[in-house]
Amino acid sequence: MATLLKVENLKTQFKTEGGVVKAVDGVSYHIDEQEIVGLVGESGCGKSVSQLSVMQLISAPGEIVDGKVIFEDQDLLRFKPKGPQMRAIRGARIAMIFQEPMTSLNPVLTISQQLTEMLELHMGMSREEAREGAIRLLGRVGIPSAGKRIDDYPHQFSGGMRQRVMIAMALSCNPSLLIADEPTTAVDVTTQAELLELMKDMVEQFRASLVIVTHNLGVVARYADRIYIMYAGRIVESGTTEEIFGDPRHPYTIGLLNCIPRLDEEEGRKLVPIEGLPPNLINMPPTCAFGPRCPSRSERCLRDPWPSLRHLYGQHYVGCF
Amino acid sequence: MAIDHISGTEFLEAPPRVSAWRRFRRVFFQRRLVIFGLVVLVLLVFTAVFADWLAPHDPYRGNLADSLSPPSRQYPLGTDIQGRDTLSRLIFGARTALLVGFSTVGIAAIAGIALGLVAGHFGGFIGMIIMRFMDALMGFPMLLLALVIAAVLGSGIHNVIIALSVATIPGYARTMYGLTLSIRENDYVLAQRSMGASSSRIVVGHILPNALPPMIVLVTLQLGTLILAEAGLSFLGIGIKPPGAAWGAMVQDGARYLRTHPVLSFAPGLAIMLVVFAFNMVGDGLRDALDPRLRGLL
Repeated sequence: MATLLKVENLKTQFKTEGGVVKAVDGVSYHIDEQEIVGLVGESGCGKSVSQLSVMQLISAPGEIVDGKVIFEDQDLLRFKPKGPQMRAIRGARIAMIFQEPMTSLNPVLTISQQLTEMLELHMGMSREEAREGAIRLLGRVGIPSAGKRIDDYPHQFSGGMRQRVMIAMALSCNPSLLIADEPTTAVDVTTQAELLELMKDMVEQFRASLVIVTHNLGVVARYADRIYIMYAGRIVESGTTEEIFGDPRHPYTIGLLNCIPRLDEEEGRKLVPIEGLPPNLINMPPTCAFGPRCPSRSERCLRDPWPSLRHLYGQHYVGCF
Repeated sequence: MAIDHISGTEFLEAPPRVSAWRRFRRVFFQRRLVIFGLVVLVLLVFTAVFADWLAPHDPYRGNLADSLSPPSRQYPLGTDIQGRDTLSRLIFGARTALLVGFSTVGIAAIAGIALGLVAGHFGGFIGMIIMRFMDALMGFPMLLLALVIAAVLGSGIHNVIIALSVATIPGYARTMYGLTLSIRENDYVLAQRSMGASSSRIVVGHILPNALPPMIVLVTLQLGTLILAEAGLSFLGIGIKPPGAAWGAMVQDGARYLRTHPVLSFAPGLAIMLVVFAFNMVGDGLRDALDPRLRGLL
């Protein structure tokens, strides 16, 4: 498969009064066409910021200080964040779904007004065409009696339905990449499964790639082809889903896997939490950021600079000694 | 099977729509004072529009022979020193009050909302300049500022409108600025940006509609304040030029004859009070009906 998106050495920093927060510190990854990729890490490890950086949606005091984002053979970081070229990419080529379905829709506009806006803006449809298209989309994402519900306001929809609307909106202009930023965190577990299933179906139908950003390895286990594990603004391990789940190498990945319950395990196994908290990203030492929490650290971990990713086999890379 | 029965289409039908308009009406018309205010305002608008037909006499030209006549069949509220019919002047005064009120609020609200939106959404240096200027204007009491502007421009209805507009812009700008700052942080604004919406589309299509309910309430409440302010300016003699009919000026003219002919001042004074009260009641009613937090409670 051809590469759709290639991010090289991306660095995004927030200049605050307390110091420079290196939210994303030299992240490189790639996404192939029609691939589903999981990006996993704890809160505050830079997952969302890295994705917002790809879209150039970082607002002050945040700033992308280095790196390349090659998407469909164009370096997106060369475009002005508010310029027309970047706007033509957003929504039309790369679409995004956010965590909070309850607040991602404008409460004072009807679903129809918000859904047709995209079709008119990017696809140049007339008002009637856009309305027809919007009703079809709503039907495809599983909203019953879409023709009637389209004139409802967001508060008349449940959380799961709103997220379905967001999925419809994101896919309305046939983007080739869909970024789902914690898409199922705010909905209950049964709805989570339905939404993930729906997203998988939809990106297959639309021949798009999907990035699922989540803190929950369980969410990506079933759907992702490949997984990137992030910690403190860096990718610490990457590989196919089988490689990550079958042969986790980074102590952080192992820690994450130890704290998800499994259905097929023997009774009585205790879930092991990872000790401590993620580090404050201000004034980070050059050594491995996971070192202080790592159960298998050596002296070298606290002395030598953070190792870069090392190829193991297949597509499996790890950033550990 | 039972399952087939449950997943039939009737089960999946959309729930019946509770119209927003109906809910608005229910809360809005629940309080008697709001209805009273609305009736007063409807009568006021009616009076102002049909003043030419309603007034029994020419409001500007009096009969000096009838100077200071007491209320009678011919002059229901008596006449002033120039023999002009008080009732007719009161009726034409409604026109002045509404004209000043509505045009001032219109100009000030549009300008203030635009300034607040620009300052709030784009921020930075321009936003700072705009808001500091508004703060400076706000530092003066509204009536005093209007008084100074009107004194510089001279009297006349247009100058009164300009003076009061400039004096009330900062209120709208401040409110809109605050609303913009809070609305722009909503996820749907980020979601819109992620879909390639331009700044102008976000401002006009998403931030402004969300800010409208509080702005509508502010505008309605301001109408009462402005009619009062116009009366104040006219009372001080910096308002409508004579022989124009303005309630404030009528109160002032009548003040000299307060002991002998109290109706000359009391009638326009009562009119001012009634109208300001009506606007405030309707404004309160709108606020209750538009505030989502109070919905269902009242």
